[in-house]
Amino acid sequence: MIPNRLVHRLLHAEQTGLFLALALLCIVIGSLTPVFFTAVNLANVLRDAALVAIAAIGMVMIILQGEIDLSVGSTQAVVGIVAVYLLNTTESVALALLLSLCVGAAIGVVNGLLVTRAQINSLIATLGMMAILRGTAMVSTGAVSIQAKVDGFVEVGTGHLGPIPVPVLMAAVLFAAFWFVLHHTPFGRYIYAIGGNREAAELAGLPVQRIKVTVFVIGAMLASLSAFILASRLNSGQPNAGLGFELQVIAAVVLGGISLTGGIGTLVGALIGVLILTVLNNGLVLLNVSSFYHDIARGFVIILAVYLDTRRRRSLARRQAGH
Amino acid sequence: MPPLLQLKGLVKRFPGVQALRGVDFELANSEVHALVGENGAGKSTLIKVIAGVHRPDEGSYRIDGADADIHDPRQAMAAGIRVVYQELELVPDLSVAENVFFGRLPAKGGRVDWSRLHADTRDALAQVGLNIDPRTLIRRLGIGPQQLVEIARALSQTARVLILDEPTSALSPTEIDRLFGLLRRLRRDVGIIYVSHKLEEITSLSDRVTVLRDGQLVGTHPTAELDEQRIIQLMVGRELTDAFPHMHRAHGEPVLEVEDLTTGRVQDVSLQVRAGEVVGLSGLMGAGRTELLRAIIGADRRRAGRVQVADRELGANSTTKARKLGLGLVPEDRRGHGIFADMSVLHNATIASLAQFAHAGWLRIRNREEMEVAGCVVERMAVRTPSLAQAVALLSGGNQQKVLLARWLLKRDLKVLLVDEPTRGIDVGARFEIYKLIDELADEGLAVLVVSSEMEEILGLCDRIYVMKEGAITAEFDRADADQESLLSAAL
Repeated sequence: MIPNRLVHRLLHAEQTGLFLALALLCIVIGSLTPVFFTAVNLANVLRDAALVAIAAIGMVMIILQGEIDLSVGSTQAVVGIVAVYLLNTTESVALALLLSLCVGAAIGVVNGLLVTRAQINSLIATLGMMAILRGTAMVSTGAVSIQAKVDGFVEVGTGHLGPIPVPVLMAAVLFAAFWFVLHHTPFGRYIYAIGGNREAAELAGLPVQRIKVTVFVIGAMLASLSAFILASRLNSGQPNAGLGFELQVIAAVVLGGISLTGGIGTLVGALIGVLILTVLNNGLVLLNVSSFYHDIARGFVIILAVYLDTRRRRSLARRQAGH
Repeated sequence: MPPLLQLKGLVKRFPGVQALRGVDFELANSEVHALVGENGAGKSTLIKVIAGVHRPDEGSYRIDGADADIHDPRQAMAAGIRVVYQELELVPDLSVAENVFFGRLPAKGGRVDWSRLHADTRDALAQVGLNIDPRTLIRRLGIGPQQLVEIARALSQTARVLILDEPTSALSPTEIDRLFGLLRRLRRDVGIIYVSHKLEEITSLSDRVTVLRDGQLVGTHPTAELDEQRIIQLMVGRELTDAFPHMHRAHGEPVLEVEDLTTGRVQDVSLQVRAGEVVGLSGLMGAGRTELLRAIIGADRRRAGRVQVADRELGANSTTKARKLGLGLVPEDRRGHGIFADMSVLHNATIASLAQFAHAGWLRIRNREEMEVAGCVVERMAVRTPSLAQAVALLSGGNQQKVLLARWLLKRDLKVLLVDEPTRGIDVGARFEIYKLIDELADEGLAVLVVSSEMEEILGLCDRIYVMKEGAITAEFDRADADQESLLSAAL
């Protein structure tokens, strides 16, 4: 009974196709290079994926509510620099992390207010923020990276807890927490509602503006956490860190089936999207493919995935239209 | 002579619904055949099967007594079947002529033969009694003329069957008269299938009536044997003795008090609604009634005035505060402003009352309790849905409206319900259910403010009526003193 139901649910779950694609990709790469399935490499894949996944959780919520955030890449640079600077002055990893998250929150507040109060389209508002933050990162460092001088900092990004890399653990905990928030709290329900029909959400008395700002803040804080981890892995703050990171995150999320029009998609799908892109990248590295081809491959995968998704939605809409 | 169209035993299933369950339908030469039924009864599906849009899962399709294999709109077109859908299919930025001859513009030497196109279009328009320049852009026409252009297009190619889906919903009385004159003339050469909710049109125009209910054929009768009351009975499958529930309500204290409310579209409006009272807002389209409701809940910026709910001031422009004070709005535009199309019936119903189901008001939602409580309300309102998990977009208009009402009923401390056009686009049966429900809610002590453009609805449902004109209230009537004439003269 239960296995039957489980099989049925799995077959009909939206993510099954994506998951099969991921499995297929792993098998193909694994058969081309034996290195892929080694424990060391898999840990590497997960560690890389964690960095994107943490930011992707926030992006999922932002896109679900019908907005977008292009400033996460530049946030990585600014927060990375701030983190290392604070670390070097306070000599405390915890304090540096806390203040970095505050900086992230402030960026999120600005994004959120630009979108809700000033009513600037989020694509434009965060595009502006992206340029401003990147410029700030360059100006404040003279375009030179700053080295972290505190022992132990590097452990945040490269350490292990038992066999599990620390960033992977963080990503897993955050994933579970936000999965719960999205599917089991009023806040999560409101995010879907606002993305699905903003006007209806307003008239139903949902606190649309407050939720939008909050989600931008959460998104920027998660991006900041991923920036902190990146800075730790590099043991430095780099003004050109996270170049193109926003596109990587958005691509993974869209690949995972989150609709850019808002209101549709799940965190699980986005996670699989992150893994597919990370595994693809890792495979190409292992196969010694020039890094210029990575972008091309990623571009193809994204277009293909969105095409398939559009077709699926259209056939669904046709069935509904018959009613 | 065999009938023009003969369909037998049509079955059409969609995921989760069986839209047609063995329907027979016949169209004779030279008849106007009315097709009626509540929303979701299967009329649209039947039309789409005839037009080749849907392929039936079972059943036979004959034209002139010969089996026809029609499973594609182009084949139906080739067989002379023309459909004018309710949602017009004209291209707004092309001219009338280009629309009428869309896809088959007359050509000369590889270029469009404009003079012939315009001459042909004039002929086609003359047939429907429309006297406009063929070069006019569709965008510049009102809905009524657009409808006539669409009919002209259908008739500009040899037509044997003309299907009209609610053609009069946007027409003025003169345009309706003209359309009916045209249909009576056309009837000589063309079989006409006429879908409408307006019963007086059906009795005056049609030769036969086919009634569908829940995807089944209730019967086909000569119109001469039926009257409006009988058609309603056939449609809903039960007697509707009293259209409006009758009420002797005791009114309590004023719950909603509006004083000198002014926004961009509302001028100095003062009104009150007492507990247990149903108050109507009458007026013409564009009189500012919808805007008044929006102003009350704080969806539009307030310039002046006060709104009080049960002696508590609703301060800033915030719909959230309005909800917290116990104000709920069921908007006019169900699809655009009401439902969350991608969400389930359950999630649509509980979105405004989630705090009641969540630990501490914002933590984990108690799913079981949510299901149980929402299930009770959905059942009480007789929402026809296979399950609470059904996507709300798949329900009929009437059931979606009930879900929106359920959204506010679920809120325990709801004090005032504002309903904008409670039965727009809703069929007869569901209408009465909604009236009954509004009546019961008032009986339970809710203050209800209803906007409606239908005089009968306002007069039947409300205890007291305000009339609006150009954003201001021009008159107030007690139910006993109001009639259609007095309401209309105050609105004009």
